[in-house]
Amino acid sequence: MKLKTDAKNVSYLVIIILILAFLVAVPFISKPYTVILLKNILMFVALTLSWALFSGPTGYISLATAAFYGAGIYTAAYLGDVLPLPVMVLCGGVASFLLALIIGAITLRLRGIYFAIFTLSSVELIKHVLHWIEITVLGKRGRPVVKVSDSTVFYVILIIVVLLLVTTYFLKRSRYGMAMSSIGSCEEAAAHIGVNVVRVKVFTFALSSFFIGLTGAIMATGLIYIDSQIAFDLNYSFFPTLMATFGGLGNIFGPVIGAVLFSYLREILITKFPYVYMLIFGLVMILTILYLPNGIIGLAQTIKVKFLGGKDATATGRKVN
Amino acid sequence: MQLLQVEKLTKNFGGLTAVSGVDFHVNRGEIMGLIGPNGAGKTTLFNLISGTYVPNAGKIVFNGESIGGLKPNYICRKGLVRTFQTVKIFPEMTVFQNVLMGALFGSEGKTWPEANAETGEILDFTGLTPLSDTPAGSLTLVNQKRVEVARALAAKPRLLLLDEMMAGLNPAEVAESMELVTRIRDRGITIIMIEHVMKAIMNICKRIIVLHHGKKITEGTPAEISTNKTVIEIYLGEEEQAHAGS
Repeated sequence: MKLKTDAKNVSYLVIIILILAFLVAVPFISKPYTVILLKNILMFVALTLSWALFSGPTGYISLATAAFYGAGIYTAAYLGDVLPLPVMVLCGGVASFLLALIIGAITLRLRGIYFAIFTLSSVELIKHVLHWIEITVLGKRGRPVVKVSDSTVFYVILIIVVLLLVTTYFLKRSRYGMAMSSIGSCEEAAAHIGVNVVRVKVFTFALSSFFIGLTGAIMATGLIYIDSQIAFDLNYSFFPTLMATFGGLGNIFGPVIGAVLFSYLREILITKFPYVYMLIFGLVMILTILYLPNGIIGLAQTIKVKFLGGKDATATGRKVN
Repeated sequence: MQLLQVEKLTKNFGGLTAVSGVDFHVNRGEIMGLIGPNGAGKTTLFNLISGTYVPNAGKIVFNGESIGGLKPNYICRKGLVRTFQTVKIFPEMTVFQNVLMGALFGSEGKTWPEANAETGEILDFTGLTPLSDTPAGSLTLVNQKRVEVARALAAKPRLLLLDEMMAGLNPAEVAESMELVTRIRDRGITIIMIEHVMKAIMNICKRIIVLHHGKKITEGTPAEISTNKTVIEIYLGEEEQAHAGS
């Protein structure tokens, strides 16, 4: 049994390394468009993995992703021309981390829909406060952002994705990961058995936001000019949530597959059906929630159980509300 | 030797005083019963002692330390652990993982191997070893309650609060649970239990406290309580009202 799981893990590892090797080679062997396309897909993978890092195990649906993404973008706009690129990206992550500590300390006593609503409102609040400061205090709206080549951006995001995969993998297997799942499972019991639920929630929220901030800071370099409306776009709150749900939260591959398929679909729909793409998107989402409550991964596991036999994955997998 | 002292403990919810000026103490190594009609404030009292609620007034001293108003996770780590009236387990986790949670987080500075070993020992003690790999949510009620007790034991309590561990169980299961409670006491763990199953309370508790409308009515040995006039009035009075209502 142990040997079997080891062999399975090794084959997963080989597949992941092959995919990574291919991605590393992409900028040398393919057209510029492919690099940009893959860069955008990887960006959604990074955001979805970050979102799932916190919301997956704890069950708290955060809609503040756009706030942390925007904080990363603004950091890049202010520090991009004074700091070297890696330091600037790191600053974006730290800015989002600190912002998440504040938002988390205020909102994580709320549960369920109230948490979702408050995090969503925090995006709007920050957007409008920044807008007001720019107009009344600084007297100028928006800022240019330093430009970096597409292949550099691509590599930085690839590194962020790898960091996220490693972090998620080790967190899930740690003592800390057990504390996170116990909060999603029954928060009151977790607290009464010795888990410091407030600390675990706030820190995980901040850690997830750190990665969102890194992604925002590097992606900002492709935007040329930003203002609060561009940086704090609510779509960035909804897409990771939808992509993770689409892929399934049962294991680490769910958010990745969800983000890849969904963002590729988005890319195609935007070019082919620019006026109705959101409509088609919405339909896909409704169908997913109705017929694939455990996402693509859930579907894959059901098929596996049906045709190959084996353990019923839904019995042990995390429930997705 | 007293393990827990509660003085003038009070909790209000808006205009309602759920627990009002309650005083009592628990001695080391005893099983104490807490009884009273529905709505008497028994669970609220547990919620105050375990840190679910912050008291409006009064003192809770556990093991020589004031713990009133502390967060539940700190209270648990000091060795005061509870179970819940409505079972609160981690349904998606296996029985082993549920108990492991107690071993990992209930007391400080424990390594994984130590926690694993301790979980194995507790599963043996509570007779849950055969169910070790079963998701806890798919167990029967009696076994879910047993998992909750096992998880609490894994946290190494000095004082264990059992909230209606026997409610909803059949007579054979009640007998098993009574035996388990005595064995837990024999491990050196002090117990306060809320219970409506009188047979259990009268047989295994050394002392009983009676609550009514948030106030402590009386306390004494099972023999004293079962002949106490006020206690009989409270319970019979309830019954009369119930008859009148139906």
